Amino acid sequence: MGEFAAVQAIWLREFKVFTREKSRVISSMASPLIWMVLFGVGLNGRVDIATPPGIDYTAFIFPGVLVMSILFGSIFYGLYIVWDRKLDFLKEVLAAPVSRPSIFLGKVLGGTTDSLVQAALLLTVGALVLKLINPVFTGISPVGALLALPIVLLVAMSIASLGLGIGTLFDSFEGFQVIVSFLAFPLFFLSGALYPLEGLPAFLTVLTRLNPLTYAVDLLRTLLLPGYVAQISPALDVGVLVVWTVIMLGFGTVMFQRMK
Amino acid sequence: MPVIATHDLRKHYGEVKAVDGIDLSISEGEIFGLLGPNGAGKTTTLHMLATLQRPTSGSAVVAGFDTVKQPLKVRQRVGMVFQEPTLDSTLTGRENLDLHGRLYGVKGKERPGRIAELLKLVDLEGRADDFVKHYSGGMKRRLEIARGIMHHPEILFLDEPTLGLDPQTREHIWAYIEKMVAEQHTTIILTTHYMDEADRLCDRIGIIDHGKIIALDTPENLCASLGGDVVKLRMANPTTKPFEAMKFVKAAEIKGNEVLLTVEDSSSHLAEILQRSDGVQHVELHTPTLNDVFLKFTGREMREESGEGGFLADYQASQRGH
Repeated sequence: MGEFAAVQAIWLREFKVFTREKSRVISSMASPLIWMVLFGVGLNGRVDIATPPGIDYTAFIFPGVLVMSILFGSIFYGLYIVWDRKLDFLKEVLAAPVSRPSIFLGKVLGGTTDSLVQAALLLTVGALVLKLINPVFTGISPVGALLALPIVLLVAMSIASLGLGIGTLFDSFEGFQVIVSFLAFPLFFLSGALYPLEGLPAFLTVLTRLNPLTYAVDLLRTLLLPGYVAQISPALDVGVLVVWTVIMLGFGTVMFQRMK
Repeated sequence: MPVIATHDLRKHYGEVKAVDGIDLSISEGEIFGLLGPNGAGKTTTLHMLATLQRPTSGSAVVAGFDTVKQPLKVRQRVGMVFQEPTLDSTLTGRENLDLHGRLYGVKGKERPGRIAELLKLVDLEGRADDFVKHYSGGMKRRLEIARGIMHHPEILFLDEPTLGLDPQTREHIWAYIEKMVAEQHTTIILTTHYMDEADRLCDRIGIIDHGKIIALDTPENLCASLGGDVVKLRMANPTTKPFEAMKFVKAAEIKGNEVLLTVEDSSSHLAEILQRSDGVQHVELHTPTLNDVFLKFTGREMREESGEGGFLADYQASQRGH
């Protein structure tokens, strides 16, 4: 009972902080829109990716851009634990009669909630932008958008856990660029966010298939783009994402328990 | 039945003996002070009592529970105010207290009333809904002290409660601590390297140096253990002769052109001393302070430096140690 209240307390705190940092919400919207309009539109009609009629390149990358925004948002949310420790606020929480797994879970749920709010906003704004850019686009169905949210949840939960787990190892922000260069960017570029999975050189095929986010992007395309044919079976997509999320939750819990 | 009892408590970081065998017994309702220079082991001792650090050896029973075997039970029964601020500056004062209450299992029905009571205790009612980032250092300290007792702990640990605060604010904080003890009946263990703070607040003081308690008693007894006040007489012909027959003169020695007398109850005997001595050019009366006590036991003055590294530094040190 006490543990549950503590999870709730930390969750609530994180969400409160999120709603107070309006600039963070706005900037989290800016980068996906820049990718769609300034990058996607530039390539519309110039890349031949054999998509069904009505899906231009901007629409094709939209699910990938959505995953990117959750990926970067969640990984930074997790790494932010370094800052919490620096500011000493975390001491108060770590001194409380609360188990480490509960503190971790509260943190993860807080980050996941932030991501779900961002994703809902982005799905709405993104759908409008896609329609504006390409009047032929059939549009994102409300059902598809709703079904996308559980996928966003899995991505947010797993990546926030990963970020929190890695964050426990750092004393300062100095190593962060390394994480961004060697973890966040590869996860993004190897997810098939910007190009189709078929016809890739062998090494990219292997790497994309090893990347759990590939399955999220594929599934989100299937849900959000009418007429798009899944490249991986949706059952496999869901299976991989669930297993990956469970592993990451385990990783984060262990790291939190080891943290002094 | 003591609320805190430690037995040969030790914390070693490799070769460094931060805490080197401490035996303490602290009773309910006491204000107990750990006084010592920076790096003496005060914070580490406090962290071990609050279950934040694991002792290398020895044991501590706090509020009836072993700190290593049942840390969560101990945590539920103690409050901790760290040396550095640990408030959430993105939240308001009221929200900080509410968060603490939730973490410590204070029931939802009870929280608003308890928060109002505490805000009143530390005179922050008017600023309760301002963000903590807009608080002054003294206000933050007050809020932290209030937060520390939010869940009705039996024991409150205060790590250097007035470090870095201006004299007036320190006075206020002391008054709040005294009020809190009077109204909430909390046992208080504080660390300090300020003599005046220890003298003003503490029922008993343990003087700690190099991880060991070197003296432990009431401030009065500690000072009295030095034998009395020191009367310094500068004389043309320094001699201890006239004072040898005086019962209240415990010791007499000549240092250069001065005679140093250790005198019991000096204020009532000063006139007699001056009457019997010839050619006194200058008189100085010195009442022993805790600093003199420290000097007597260690041969050193207490240094007054800035704060210790605290929790994270301890953590880093412990990481290096393993």
